[in-house]
Amino acid sequence: MSQTDVRMDGSAELRGEREATPGSAGRRRERLLVPKAEFDSYYGRPVLHEPTWQAPDIAGYLFLGGLAGASSTLAAAAELTGRPRLARVGKVGAVCALGGSLYALIHDLGRPERFVNMLRVFKVTSPMSVGTWLLSAYGPQAGLAAAASLTGVAPGVGRAATVGAGLVGPAVATYTAALICDTAVPAWHEGYREMPFLFAGSATASAGGLGMFAAPLDEAGPARRAAVLGAAVECVAALRMERRLGPLAEPLKRSRLLRLGEALSVAGAVAGATVGRRSRVAAMAAGAALLAGSACTRFGIFQAGMESARDPRYTVQPQRRRLAKTRAERDLT
Amino acid sequence: MAFDLREQLDGRRVGFFTDTSICIGCKACEVACKEWNAVPDDGMEFTGMSYDNTVGLSADTWRHVAFVEQRRPLGHQEPGVGDMDFRWLMASDVCKHCTHAACLDVCPTGSLFRTEFGTVVVQEDICNGCGYCVPACPFGVIGKRETSGTAAKCTMCYDRLGAGEEPACAKTCPTDSIQFGDLDELRERADRRLAQLREAGTTSARLYGHDPDDGVGGTGAFFLLLDEPEVYGLPPDPVVTTRDLPSMWRHAAVAALGLVAGIAAVTWTGTSTGTSTGTSTGTWRGRRG
Amino acid sequence: MDLTWPLLRQLTGADRTARGPAAKSAKTEALRARTTTADRVVKSVCPYCAVGCGQNVYVRDEKVIQIEGDPDSPISLGRLCPKGAASLQLTTGEGRMHKALYRPPGGAGWQEIDLGTAMEMIADRIIATRRETWEWEHGGRRTARTMGIASLGGATLDNEENYLIKKLLTALGVVQIENQARVCHSSTVVGLGTSFGRGGATTFMQDLQHSDCVVIQGSNFAECHPVGFQWVMEAKARGAVVIHVDPRFTRTSAVADVHVPIRAGSDVAFLGAIINHVLENELYFHEYVVNYTNAATILREDFRDAEDLDGLFSGFGEESRTYDTDSWQYEGMSTVAASGDRDTDFERREGRTPPGRPEVQGSTGMPLDGSPQRDETLRHPRCVLQVLRRHFARYTPEMVERVCGVPRHLFEEVCRHLTENSGPDKTAEFVYAVGWTQHSDGSQFIRAASILQLLLGNIGRPGGGIQALRGHASIQGSSDVPTLFNLLPGYIPMPHAHENERLHDFLLADAPHKGFWANMPSYLVSLLKAWWGESAQPDNDYRFGWLPRLTGSHSTYDTVLAQLEGTCKGYILLGENPAVGSANSKMQRLGMANLDWLVVRDFSLIESATWWKDGPEIETGELRTEDIRTEVFFLPAASHTEKNGSFTNTNRLLQWHHQAVEPHGDARSDLWFMYHLGRIIRRKLAGSQDPMDQPVLDLTWDYPVEGETAEPSAEAVLAEINGWDAQGDPLPGYHALKDDGSTACGCWIYCGVYADGVNQAARRKPASEQDWISAEWAWAWPANRRILYNRASARPDGSPWSERKRLVWWDDEAQRWTGHDVPDFEAGKSPGYRPPPGAQGVEALSGIDPFIMQADGKGWLFAPTGVVDGPLPTHYEPQDSPVVNPLYGRQRSPVRKVYPHEHNRYQPSGDEPGASVYPYVVTTYRLTEHFTAGGMSRFTPYLSELQPAMFCEVSPALAAERGLVHGDWATIITARNAIEARVLVTDRIPSLHLNGRVLHQIGLPFHFGRNGVVTGDAANELSSISLDPNSHIQEVKALSADIRPGRRPRGPALPELVKAYQRRAGIDERTGTEV
Ligand SMILES: Nc1nc2c(c(=O)[nH]1)N[C@H]1C(S)=C(S)[C@@H](COP(=O)(O)OP(=O)(O)OC[C@H]3O[C@@H](n4cnc5c(=O)[nH]c(N)nc54)[C@H](O)[C@@H]3O)O[C@H]1N2
Ligand SMILES: Nc1nc2c(c(=O)[nH]1)N[C@H]1C(S)=C(S)[C@@H](COP(=O)(O)OP(=O)(O)OC[C@H]3O[C@@H](n4cnc5c(=O)[nH]c(N)nc54)[C@H](O)[C@@H]3O)O[C@H]1N2
Ligand code: SF4
Ligand code: SF4
Ligand code: SF4
Ligand code: SF4
Ligand code: SF4
Ligand SMILES: [Mo]
Repeated sequence: MSQTDVRMDGSAELRGEREATPGSAGRRRERLLVPKAEFDSYYGRPVLHEPTWQAPDIAGYLFLGGLAGASSTLAAAAELTGRPRLARVGKVGAVCALGGSLYALIHDLGRPERFVNMLRVFKVTSPMSVGTWLLSAYGPQAGLAAAASLTGVAPGVGRAATVGAGLVGPAVATYTAALICDTAVPAWHEGYREMPFLFAGSATASAGGLGMFAAPLDEAGPARRAAVLGAAVECVAALRMERRLGPLAEPLKRSRLLRLGEALSVAGAVAGATVGRRSRVAAMAAGAALLAGSACTRFGIFQAGMESARDPRYTVQPQRRRLAKTRAERDLT
Repeated sequence: MAFDLREQLDGRRVGFFTDTSICIGCKACEVACKEWNAVPDDGMEFTGMSYDNTVGLSADTWRHVAFVEQRRPLGHQEPGVGDMDFRWLMASDVCKHCTHAACLDVCPTGSLFRTEFGTVVVQEDICNGCGYCVPACPFGVIGKRETSGTAAKCTMCYDRLGAGEEPACAKTCPTDSIQFGDLDELRERADRRLAQLREAGTTSARLYGHDPDDGVGGTGAFFLLLDEPEVYGLPPDPVVTTRDLPSMWRHAAVAALGLVAGIAAVTWTGTSTGTSTGTSTGTWRGRRG
Repeated sequence: MDLTWPLLRQLTGADRTARGPAAKSAKTEALRARTTTADRVVKSVCPYCAVGCGQNVYVRDEKVIQIEGDPDSPISLGRLCPKGAASLQLTTGEGRMHKALYRPPGGAGWQEIDLGTAMEMIADRIIATRRETWEWEHGGRRTARTMGIASLGGATLDNEENYLIKKLLTALGVVQIENQARVCHSSTVVGLGTSFGRGGATTFMQDLQHSDCVVIQGSNFAECHPVGFQWVMEAKARGAVVIHVDPRFTRTSAVADVHVPIRAGSDVAFLGAIINHVLENELYFHEYVVNYTNAATILREDFRDAEDLDGLFSGFGEESRTYDTDSWQYEGMSTVAASGDRDTDFERREGRTPPGRPEVQGSTGMPLDGSPQRDETLRHPRCVLQVLRRHFARYTPEMVERVCGVPRHLFEEVCRHLTENSGPDKTAEFVYAVGWTQHSDGSQFIRAASILQLLLGNIGRPGGGIQALRGHASIQGSSDVPTLFNLLPGYIPMPHAHENERLHDFLLADAPHKGFWANMPSYLVSLLKAWWGESAQPDNDYRFGWLPRLTGSHSTYDTVLAQLEGTCKGYILLGENPAVGSANSKMQRLGMANLDWLVVRDFSLIESATWWKDGPEIETGELRTEDIRTEVFFLPAASHTEKNGSFTNTNRLLQWHHQAVEPHGDARSDLWFMYHLGRIIRRKLAGSQDPMDQPVLDLTWDYPVEGETAEPSAEAVLAEINGWDAQGDPLPGYHALKDDGSTACGCWIYCGVYADGVNQAARRKPASEQDWISAEWAWAWPANRRILYNRASARPDGSPWSERKRLVWWDDEAQRWTGHDVPDFEAGKSPGYRPPPGAQGVEALSGIDPFIMQADGKGWLFAPTGVVDGPLPTHYEPQDSPVVNPLYGRQRSPVRKVYPHEHNRYQPSGDEPGASVYPYVVTTYRLTEHFTAGGMSRFTPYLSELQPAMFCEVSPALAAERGLVHGDWATIITARNAIEARVLVTDRIPSLHLNGRVLHQIGLPFHFGRNGVVTGDAANELSSISLDPNSHIQEVKALSADIRPGRRPRGPALPELVKAYQRRAGIDERTGTEV
């Protein structure tokens, strides 16, 4: 087996591949067996890189984007149903939220001056690219709508823009769910089925909250109902997600922010639908609670995701289970 | 909305076969990579993680050598450290240059792109530091550099490949633990090597990333490992996140439509049904309450 | 900026998803590998370690833009380890200094100084100190020297630079010229030199691939010579067994087949037991042993072995602490002294150990006269083999268990692999480095391996031999062209002070009459001609009298004591960092604090340059900056890319590195420094009639200079080292040297490196175009041979031992030796040749005498002379050891060198009272990521980040015993000092079981110091100056110490802690100094 005789040919030829096999010199002694550890990771270090995104920026962006999108829709509906003040609140709110979200997004870039590079290409594989193009379609419309509503100039254009923004708005509100789910972050990725609904619900609730907060009681009816609907959808989506994720839901379940967000949303929705119908002050409080609730939900989702990325168990164990399952299936066939 | 994940790679695809069973943990690959790519140092922290003080791949560490001390046997090796078994594993990790590369998929600027060699490369001049690629990578490879604000990772020495030279890390590796070449050829070589090692008693040997049917379509840089991937800090069954993106888009679309419908419903149906909230304000048209 | 909108490309082109070419930017499109934009590629050699990997240096716009491995190099095949890979940062990074600095006496900080002014000032200091301390005589004998000046460093420098240092300083009368070779591998020269005739590794790196079994012991091959290690992996891939014997499970062990844990300092017991196993089971290679070793030689009747005298050999003088080695001689052979070795006689009369002399002899083969008696049946009770058998009888597997802590089954495993893989058809190779050399009996570790390899018939054969892995890029060169006090170039001994000694007497005394050393007169006269040219004439003994004389040991450690005493006043550090790298670094700094002036030449502000303002003693208050009157000059050095010159790698291979760019600022080569220093001194002394100045003024010192900085030509220096004949033509090889003054040659063993006027060291025929020997890649001494003693690769009759292991054989038709390698034998001497009676010189060697530098032509199992601590290896405990020597009554080597001093206290050992205060064995070592004392790695961020902190490796058991917490701090204490380190708890440093007792070991890397990007306490704060008597190498591989959790105290509390320990252990000035 040994072939270490002297060969005269050139060393390049001689040098085969260095396929040495350590410990190939014979049988080793039997030793004490150390039981294999349950779960191995590399010094407990995360397998994934947690997002470099800053919570105020990106969780804020998720919240504000949702708020803007749903507000535009609510505004369009209000406009179409003759609730100009609710509509104006929605339009102005949407533009402010949009401004805030864009600021947050750009602020979070490592090289903000290169924001425009987002428009180099259109990538359907990249929710962020799609979102950027969406925002490019949505932003001007939302802006026009708000401007027209505030100045009263060109009401026709304003109305068209309002409807346009109202139609694009929902996409703006839900694409962010795809944005975070389209990562390897376990708690986000695995929740991709519910996340858009959770986001849609939360966005609706927050838009409703804004309407309640800023619109007069008599026009705020759709806002109150939207809040109730939104909060309900959000809660149901969250519940389903947590059920489906199994052990992976731990960070979600543990999240105080999420619980707080849900509580605030439900409380805001209920209060809005009850005392909020009569009292402006109560409506404002309920609206604020809904806004805060939606923000908390997004921050909660954001942080639960970060936590799931940080702990290698959430990366490794589901994958192990999946592997075991496919292996078992393969062995069956 | 559907898109084909199977990218068409024209020409021959090159890659790495990193055979960790002959790695001596010298870290020449780490240093050679830094020298060639002028990657800054990654901090001077003592970690206590065996001889690993660079911890993992990051924007400032494109090759990373893991050190694992285990009370387990390595083939027939006689380790002479008392009564227990012992082995010291070393493995040089790098960007996998995935067939289905999440980082590349999600990059909104086109900073990340697939080269003519089948590798995945960040363009420093394009990247705006959105950071999306960072959590997208299922291997925790790509990172964002504090100082420049842009993403960075192994380029498989794109510039060197262009000049017909092998990557700096592979060139410097004293034991040939890092082998560079035509990917198909490397896969064959790896299969042979695996059989050889198993035969010689190293039963824990396995290949990682070589399977074109895995969750990322196989990797351009694959490995021969001596233990479970997670022991080295690698995910056991990575899946490119964009595999589920079509479904995500569908769910998002449904949710968006639902949002429109819901708001329409609560706006237009308020008075007529009045059920859900019991309000009397919402009516069809233009009525102030 | 993109000129076209990629979106358009995306929509119109094939790449619809914009994940390919559509997304490419213009900049990416224009990207080119910077290597392809280089103006030129310069061939170079890695400046770190002695593997000598080839480098390609890429230059654009007169800047180095990339350094990478040279695929043509047969040694490295284009690979580089992390250090070699960091060369670009080393040479072009922030860590380097480019300005000359000056610190006046008592000054608080550096001042910038004009380089020219600094040179003038240094020349003035040298001239003044020399005058002040000049010593014509010492004890009535002419010495013609100064003890006021010393230099240290050379292993990082080129051969040419070392040559000028030795030449100029010797002419100035300086004898305290030293370099890293002392602290690194000096015991190798003794161990290998006495055994085989030459002090260098017997083989070369690539030949490792032919080995069937590689035993790596006392070396951490994979970590310290990573690129060389590829040849071990190659051997493994070809079926070889790899064994690593080391206290720690290292990166080498990780890929070995067998790892054997061993207590640091106990290898003689381990190797001795293998020797015993081989002898008792008759596993030795009989034909080889009978013919090629001195196994059959009969010893004198009055010889007594350590076996008979409980650890002493005959001839021991308790008073003098030395052996009279007369009784160790062969029977029937006139002693060296009788033939006129007055040096030895002189020393003996003076009652001192011959300082470094054995090393000289060791390196060069021993002078022997007469014909020893032999018994080829090997049965004579006094024949070497029988003496060996008796000597090693007590080295049993049980002893190995008790002394080394190696379990029996592992020991037997090693014996099995080693013996099964030796013989006509197989070869085994030993690889060691400083895990063996740095012990108070280090030379004997190497002797033990030499004996074993001779018995197994592995020397001189492919895949066999002893691979001594040396340290720095040119440490071999700095021993060959030595910057060592006891040697002249080519291992010619430095003369000692005698009455009226003339050249003739010296040669008579020191030149053996048989073997190649008989030609020493030619070597020495040619050297003197090279140095003093026309001035050297037969009637003035070729200026032999101008060589300053030795009067004892002037090793670097003796110099430190001389500094503390105040006799040595000026110190030149030429690329060495004793404040971190030398044993007992506090003594090193205190010595420097007592100097008048200090010159430091280095890349960065290393600890040896800044101790006066931020050294540990400033922190503890033991020294105050304003009280230190040492004047300090710092001169930035040029790097390997900034100068021409040759390095000699660990396998005696001279490789030329070409200058790529000019150095910046005040950075200059050491060649420049020495040349201009000499020029300025000669200018200042011009016209002096003082006889002490004549050697300097008459020195040949007219090297051509070039460029703006007036850089002397390194090639001109190489040409002088090679030498020329009366016509001025380059000499072809050392056989052409004459003793009549018609030839000049700066270093006889390098003669031939400039044959035909061609720089042979610069030859670079690609590896792919040659066989594994790669004879046309650079040039190896001697005579371009790569495997030494390769006559032994053939049977006595001249045919190969086996087809598998053919290397060199006798071609009967051509009547010549031929083969793959250059035969290390007279090419035309037939196997049947037997010397006529009374033959002298080379003629006296027969056709079956492969060890041509030895006077009897044999490999020495038994060393009748040359090794001052015994003709056979004997296990003694290290100077400080928690273990009792179970083999003999002598705990420590009776002839080891100790230097009792307030700051160099020794510890109680074994069962002496107080020994338990320092209960653990400490060993020090290297990390792949750092280099030696850190000057070339701690200032280099790419290397520093990989190992950013000083740590200690301890076993889980020790951690539990002492409450050490992984990742936290621990304090390690010896009688010298205490240091702190981060704790690394690991199974890799197993606790050992010896004699029922559990012994814990502590591992400490020695690279850290207080300056640089990463800092930490230096391990050498802990070590003591206790030396191997043969080579004056320090014991830093086996100490004993205590360890406790937490950081060390700061300020005056630190020395207080050390003293408290000393008091507890009852240490005084006599502790540990017994014979
Ligand atoms: N990366 C790197 N490479 C280097 C250097 C460096 O600093 N860094 N330095 C260079 C230099 S100058 C030199 S001299 C060489 C040295 O090369 P090596 O000798 O290989 O270096 P060390 O790590 O000092 O010691 C080798 C091993 O000896 C073991 N050892 C200690 N005591 C004993 C003992 O009593 N018996 C046995 N059997 N083993 C023992 C140690 O645990 C260690 O693993 O390396 C050269 N190469
Ligand atoms: N405890 C302990 N102590 C040891 C050892 C050990 O194993 N344990 N090993 C010992 C050994 S083997 C050695 S070799 C020594 C090494 O100890 P040192 O030789 O003192 O350590 P280095 O850091 O290599 O110092 C060489 C210096 O030369 C500088 N240099 C490099 N190139 C040039 C050049 O061209 N010109 C000039 N002027 N300077 C240059 C470098 O920057 C560096 O500062 O340490 C010894 N000390
Ligand atoms: S260079 Fe090669 S041997 Fe060294 S650490 Fe990297 S992969 Fe391992
Ligand atoms: S390993 Fe990560 S960074 Fe590398 S190509 Fe795959 S997804 Fe991208
Ligand atoms: S950080 Fe840069 S490379 Fe990564 S996704 Fe964003 S733009 Fe692309
Ligand atoms: S291929 Fe190039 S960029 Fe990638 S790790 Fe290796 S050296 Fe670094
Ligand atoms: S340090 Fe030694 S092994 Fe490493 S590259 Fe340089 S010469 Fe080669
Ligand atoms: Mo060394």
